[in-house]
Amino acid sequence: MSVEVMFSAGVALLVLGVAAYTVAARESFSTIVAFVVYGLLLSLAWMGLHAPDVALTEAALGGGVTGALLLGACARLRGEKPSTAELGLIGRGLALLLCLGVTTGLIAVVFLLPEPAPTLAPEAVQALASTGLGNPVTAVLMAYRALDTMLEKVVLLLALVAVWSLAPDRFWGGRPAFGYPVETGGPLSFLARVLIPVGVLAGIYLFWVGADAPGGAFAGGAVISATGILGFFAGLFWVPAVGGFRLRLSLVAGIAVFLLVGLGGFLWASHFLAYPEHYAKPVIVVIEIAMTFSVGVTLAMLVVGPPGKALEP
Amino acid sequence: MTLALNVFTVVCVVAGAIFFLAGTVGLLRFPDTLTRLHALTKADNLGLGLIMLGLLPHVDGPFGALKLVAVWVLVLVASASASQLIARSVRKDQ
Repeated sequence: MSVEVMFSAGVALLVLGVAAYTVAARESFSTIVAFVVYGLLLSLAWMGLHAPDVALTEAALGGGVTGALLLGACARLRGEKPSTAELGLIGRGLALLLCLGVTTGLIAVVFLLPEPAPTLAPEAVQALASTGLGNPVTAVLMAYRALDTMLEKVVLLLALVAVWSLAPDRFWGGRPAFGYPVETGGPLSFLARVLIPVGVLAGIYLFWVGADAPGGAFAGGAVISATGILGFFAGLFWVPAVGGFRLRLSLVAGIAVFLLVGLGGFLWASHFLAYPEHYAKPVIVVIEIAMTFSVGVTLAMLVVGPPGKALEP
Repeated sequence: MTLALNVFTVVCVVAGAIFFLAGTVGLLRFPDTLTRLHALTKADNLGLGLIMLGLLPHVDGPFGALKLVAVWVLVLVASASASQLIARSVRKDQ
């Protein structure tokens, strides 16, 4: 058995074990910690499958941002009793059956794939020259399927709108109040001062290198959002009020630039989201700059939650 | 030369793995939070540091080496701060 196979088998076993623990753990805090570990293990598994782009996204979003979101929810719910009754025996049995059905279905689909599996990878690599990019994954995200990527950003914004809509009327337009105590001057503020410059640099690097290597706007934006969240919790900077014009502008910048370029497609190529010939790469870079920034701000605002403090006069 | 470097790598990485093992055993066996934190720092600082040291001869170019060292330094900063935060919250609860 080669080393690679042994490594994959070990990771697969660990993923299954941690997944089982995530379901079995009774305390929400331990479940969330297990879930974050699960995300990091999954990104190792994606590395084992030679999919570093997916691994990066999984580590940044599945492990990082989702973990922070869940921890925030856990902090808000602390001390409150669950409002719904526990599932009865029949309910649990049905849930078990449904899960087993989905799992068997997925296993069956994997085994029924035609050999060799249908792929568009050769075409994706072939058309790479026309985009001026070096990483086929970025070409798929930013050129071949750019509409999907744009709509993904719209969905992200909608998620934030949904979170904001949970705000009580009297706090509308005010600052988010997260459930954690803000600590100034302690180790957290030291960590934030050291990590924020490094994190911003790493986020910009991830976005920039995404043109030719694994990375991209979403992973870069997630890292930048992490630095923002760290700054909020360390009390280094204020969480912006959700009614602020500059915040709103930062949130929609990515989609706005994307839309403008998309409409420009009618001018130079007569259809939506077509990039001008020979200038595809600079245009893509401009969209990605705006998107990295907007994704970073949106994710950070998602984590700090709905406004909970009235706007100071 | 290659042989010497390989021996260096194996010795360092094995030593690092031993520190990780000892740290994990400590995490599982020590009686309270503060002693468990003490066990963890050994895995982070020395274990990761030795593994990083062992891998240094095999990276391509000075920038690769710099990246490895940066990973170690970042883990040091993060784990030291996290340990401080955990220890503070323990003292607050006492």
